[in-house]
Amino acid sequence: MAPLSWYIALSASLFVIGLYGVLSRRNVLIVLMCLELMLSAVNINLVAFSFFLSHLGGQIFAIFVITVTAAEVAVALAIVIAYVRHKGSLKIDEISIMKG
Amino acid sequence: MEQAFFLLFASIAVASACGVVLLKNPVHSAVSLMACFIQIAALYILLHSPFLAAVQLFVYVGAIMVLFIFVIMMLEIRQATLERFLPGSKYIALVFSVVLGSAMLWLLFSSPLLSQIPPPTPSATQGSVSELGQALFTQYLLPFEVVSIVLLVALVGAIFMTHKGDG
Repeated sequence: MAPLSWYIALSASLFVIGLYGVLSRRNVLIVLMCLELMLSAVNINLVAFSFFLSHLGGQIFAIFVITVTAAEVAVALAIVIAYVRHKGSLKIDEISIMKG
Repeated sequence: MEQAFFLLFASIAVASACGVVLLKNPVHSAVSLMACFIQIAALYILLHSPFLAAVQLFVYVGAIMVLFIFVIMMLEIRQATLERFLPGSKYIALVFSVVLGSAMLWLLFSSPLLSQIPPPTPSATQGSVSELGQALFTQYLLPFEVVSIVLLVALVGAIFMTHKGDG
């Protein structure tokens, strides 16, 4: 089987790719998608350690992370929809006022 | 054999993750992210956690990405696709990410602790769904309930914020 360090290396590279997207992209929807990618990278780490240490806590924590991610995406997309309806822009450098 | 599958899934995952960051059209990015999530689900199966692979497929690919594509198609996307990157910060972000990534990988491969972890002994019940459910509903019952309340609050908040009118 693949050693633990491979999984952690994959997770680190996915995390860094997602971080670059979060820092540099202009479309707020793509920034949210890159955030999902980073959370998924963390999940790979948790599940890999759960398997290699034979402890279920990692898998259970990954389930919680997935659930919280679903809630986060719902709220974030609701904010984006409300913002675009109000201001008509998706560019993240123009989103600086939250007061409706 | 398992290593070959790992390399296959990992390379497709990294390639589609780069696609998410670099592609111009947000719909293409979303589809690329979907491909990445499917590869991650396959990796979970390699890690003997089939329940988590199913949850990954249902929640991420089935729910979250469909929500994303809905929202992308609902909103006007043309003006946001003209300029992909933030003006000015593109190269700073690239340098920062590369430095962080190489530092993480260097720390990972220079660490002596990782090789001390013994390879896991595969048992029939390890990672099975029933064991997972038992742990979830006994030892981790309080976080489970808290997470359900978080989901409920997010649901109410999302409906409230997208409600048309003065809400």
